[in-house]
Amino acid sequence: MIKEQTKLDIDNVDVFYGKKQAIFNVDLEIKKNQVTAFIGPSGCGKSTLLRCFNRMNDLIDICKVSGSILLDSVNILDKKLDLVRLRTKVGMVFQKPNPFPKSIYDNVAYGPKIHGLCEDISELDEVVEKSLKSAGLWNEVKDRLNEPGTGISGGQQQRLCIARAIATNPDVILMDEPCSALDPIATARVEELMQELKKNYTIIVVTHNMQQAARVSEKTAFFHLGHLIEFGNTEEIFTSPNEIKTQDYITGRFG
Amino acid sequence: MFDISLYFIFLLGLSSYYIGKNRAKKNINLITETGGLESHYGMYLVIWTILPAFIFYLIWSVISNYLIKEATLGSIPNDLLPNNLSMQKLFLDSIIVVAKGGSSLSKVPEISVAFYQNFAFYSTLGKSISTISISLISFFIFYKKIDSNVRAKNFLERIILVFLFISSIIAIMTTVGIILSLIVETTKFFQDVTIFEYFFGLLWSPQMALREGQVAAEGSFGAVPVFAGTFLITIIAMALAGPVGLFSAIYLSEYASKNTRKIVKPTIEVLAGVPTVVYGFFAALVVGPFIRRTSESFGLASSSESALAAGLVMGIMIIPFISSLSDDVINSVPQSLREASFGVGATKSETIKKVIIPAALPGIVAAFMLAISRAIGETMIVVMAAGLSAKLTANPLDSVTTVTVQIVTLLVGDHEFDSTKTMAAFALGMTLFAITLILNIYAIRVVKKYREKYD
Repeated sequence: MIKEQTKLDIDNVDVFYGKKQAIFNVDLEIKKNQVTAFIGPSGCGKSTLLRCFNRMNDLIDICKVSGSILLDSVNILDKKLDLVRLRTKVGMVFQKPNPFPKSIYDNVAYGPKIHGLCEDISELDEVVEKSLKSAGLWNEVKDRLNEPGTGISGGQQQRLCIARAIATNPDVILMDEPCSALDPIATARVEELMQELKKNYTIIVVTHNMQQAARVSEKTAFFHLGHLIEFGNTEEIFTSPNEIKTQDYITGRFG
Repeated sequence: MFDISLYFIFLLGLSSYYIGKNRAKKNINLITETGGLESHYGMYLVIWTILPAFIFYLIWSVISNYLIKEATLGSIPNDLLPNNLSMQKLFLDSIIVVAKGGSSLSKVPEISVAFYQNFAFYSTLGKSISTISISLISFFIFYKKIDSNVRAKNFLERIILVFLFISSIIAIMTTVGIILSLIVETTKFFQDVTIFEYFFGLLWSPQMALREGQVAAEGSFGAVPVFAGTFLITIIAMALAGPVGLFSAIYLSEYASKNTRKIVKPTIEVLAGVPTVVYGFFAALVVGPFIRRTSESFGLASSSESALAAGLVMGIMIIPFISSLSDDVINSVPQSLREASFGVGATKSETIKKVIIPAALPGIVAAFMLAISRAIGETMIVVMAAGLSAKLTANPLDSVTTVTVQIVTLLVGDHEFDSTKTMAAFALGMTLFAITLILNIYAIRVVKKYREKYD
């Protein structure tokens, strides 16, 4: 087995919303080319932590993050960090599919265009095609790239959003409950896709669905009330957890 | 004379609410079987007590008013009756004035006055008695009916439907009426002036002789310079209000902090509350002279009344229309789109330019169209600041006139209501109405087209 490389090293992270502390002193290592799942009851801070990885929390005025998060040994919580660079390296897929009100093509081309990643149109075409293929959407939409991205089904929209995130060639993809608005078939497709994508990308997924976490992830972190309760290999977390709280949660006793 | 019978049916109606309610209360089966409330039966009885009697009262009033005039006219002794129809009408009016206890300069026949007074007395008496009886009869009939399984709830629903329907009909009929009167007067105008002259003529000088023998030019009704003036001023106004309004909307919704927004937005909206008269003298007394001095210091000829002054002040007036509406639509663009854009590393301005503005475009276009309609129809500012002479010019420092100014000048003062000059105002109004209507329809279509695409 290849030695596991650390992609993200989270050290001593606290998050505050105003005076209310949402994350308490979290330490965590995310390994490269793996799927890491964050589970826990609503309001436990898993999404908040996820949104630290691409500094999306900066959009909220009252949100303060302290500690350090190293992405390939660069501290991304550094005030001087270039957010544009960070967010091209760390893509994000949201809870509800949120394609832009543009054509399917323009949705995927959006990132490469604004960053000037492509020299000419043919190169852009290539990137769009490659991204849509990686997202498993190409065959379904190749004949209607000029139709609005909002006109396809929910599951397709979510894969379009994944293609959009891939198009800027990131290292890490953050997924915030990517399947919560999808039906079981669309969910299965996205889960398959995650298995494909982890060959090239590091994936962190927040989910409410414990079966999903068990199915897709190598590592699982369980959060409760802002604390990281337990972190380890998914198999162990789900079969022989060390903590009572973890056991209670995964057996459905609370949450 | 306001009738005592109306008070009576009103009071009877008021008490019938409680009577109907009590009646329903005693009959428990009724409530459980029909699913109505006691109050429904109260209202049911109120409506039947008041409505038929009131409608009867109105009809009687209208008919008797017509009959009394015809009959009084017939009662006038033949030798006193004027032979001219409009003189007859005047004569009749003075009879009525005298009959009601006033005095009249012209001598009126006693017999007709007495006839009128008699007729009025018996008519009012009959009206009161029958109104009250109708009200009482229908009160008793429907009071009895409450026993027999009547569904007051459904009845009230129907009444509400009728009421709402009538309300909307009133609004529509008013619009139709205005348009019809515009069309009628406009056709009269086009009997005097050819359509070709009106739409393509380059000379507008409607001052024509009011009386025979008066020295005045033959009127000339080429509307091109007037509309050119309107468009020039509208363009100037939009050139100011468009960017300023849109940019301040973007600032308010995307950049400003909550507290700034709380102060700035209402402040901008105050601009919309300033009476246009105030804008008008601001334009005429402050901005106009300022522009004249400034342009003269650059060696440009200018007058105090300039298109630029009127246009700029009008622009200030319509800023809040654009900024407030655009701000609302930009705010309603879902946050998830912003996050999506930031998520792939877009900056704030890229997000605004490429995602938010396109998504909000239908609303922004609608805001602009509304502002343009406002600018075209605006009167007070241009009356005070734009000038009266219809010049065909593209020079913003020159004085121009607008459609609304011309309508005002055509209709202010003494003149006959069937002269070409007066009709010209209707033609201008009709054209203006058509233009704003087309703009609005176009705006709605733009909005629809993009909404389908973007939602």
